[in-house]
Amino acid sequence: MTAVRIPPVLRQAAGNQKKVEVTGSTVGEALESLLGEYPGLRDQIFTEDGSLNRFVNVYVNGRDVRYEQELGTPVGESDEVILLPAMAGGR
Amino acid sequence: MRPHAHGGGARHGGRFPSIVDAIGFTPLVEVPNVCPNPNVRLYAKLEFMNPTGSVKDRVAKYLIEDLEASGRLTPDSIIIEPTSGNTGIGLAMIARRKGYRVAVVVPDNVTIERKQLLSLFGAEVIDSPGHLGSNGAVALAKHLVEKDSRFVMPYQYGNEANPRAHEETTAEEIIADCPEVDAFVAGLGTGGTLMGVGRRLRRHNPNVRIFASEPLPGETVQGLRSLDEGFIPEIFDPTGIDGKILVSNVDAIEALRELTEKEGIFAGVSCGAVMVAAKQLAREMERGTIVALLADGGWKYLSEDIWTRDLEGEEDIVDSLNLW
Repeated sequence: MTAVRIPPVLRQAAGNQKKVEVTGSTVGEALESLLGEYPGLRDQIFTEDGSLNRFVNVYVNGRDVRYEQELGTPVGESDEVILLPAMAGGR
Repeated sequence: MRPHAHGGGARHGGRFPSIVDAIGFTPLVEVPNVCPNPNVRLYAKLEFMNPTGSVKDRVAKYLIEDLEASGRLTPDSIIIEPTSGNTGIGLAMIARRKGYRVAVVVPDNVTIERKQLLSLFGAEVIDSPGHLGSNGAVALAKHLVEKDSRFVMPYQYGNEANPRAHEETTAEEIIADCPEVDAFVAGLGTGGTLMGVGRRLRRHNPNVRIFASEPLPGETVQGLRSLDEGFIPEIFDPTGIDGKILVSNVDAIEALRELTEKEGIFAGVSCGAVMVAAKQLAREMERGTIVALLADGGWKYLSEDIWTRDLEGEEDIVDSLNLW
């Protein structure tokens, strides 16, 4: 099982969970496992053509998967997946 | 004006007609005591050596020169900008020197030092709701510009003058001081530093790699109602970088303390996050040279007890502070 951290903006559609345990050996499989449990998240996380919504960032152990192997990025049991909304940075 | 090129002589210091002309020309300092790989040379570009203590002086100078060139400034104009502090402080200082009025829209949970500096340089400080983070400041500034025609917004998130400042100054200095640079790391805020420096470094060496460190936003500063309220700065092209590393405030603060203890460098919290990312990269590289950009100094964070507070079990509180 891999833990996925759910940001506040997506929590309502994820049973108000902060963290959800999922299965799968890639980011894509882990997200499908999450959506299997909470189908209401699908429209927010994915676009109609099945790619990641540009306003959602997915990290495995702190690395943005867009710069790794995207949905094919491997995840292991001890890895932490974090979902975050794209937000304005500071300064 | 001193050209942005370094000859063989003294690289820093110098004689300038005004404080505005003294922006830039910051030192590049090796930090071997915090580098985890002996085959990698790690350098820090000390942007807190700028006149108001942050990299944003460079951007503020370019933004104001861009406004001047555009003819949008009239005698009753008020320059307005959403900022969590540093850009506003730079704008306010330059506006003081040049005789312009400045208003800044700032999340109400930024450190007190930032508001103090803004006020002492004569900026009018307009609070935006802290729980909406920088998104809230951007939205409020745009609203005010629509309502009152005196407001003129340089808009660092969407203005090419922002990355251009880095392309023409920061990157030129890095190439002059460290032509062998293989990788560059900076914090991701507006994306200006990463875009501008990346563009210029790639012309110098197409194989150079550009990495961003990103703050892990605290729970309390994520007041979005839906993902569609998310925000990607207009100047930020995600394909312009090679990797993005998410760093929590707690991890950033630990790296920051190490930097102070082992290298004698007193920097701001986002610099700790940049060091976390730079060290990760250094571990993964066989050999090479990394330049890490340290955006500001530690002074503006003293009131939050960054160097002394107990981090154990305080992760949620510390991560919710607005420290970038």
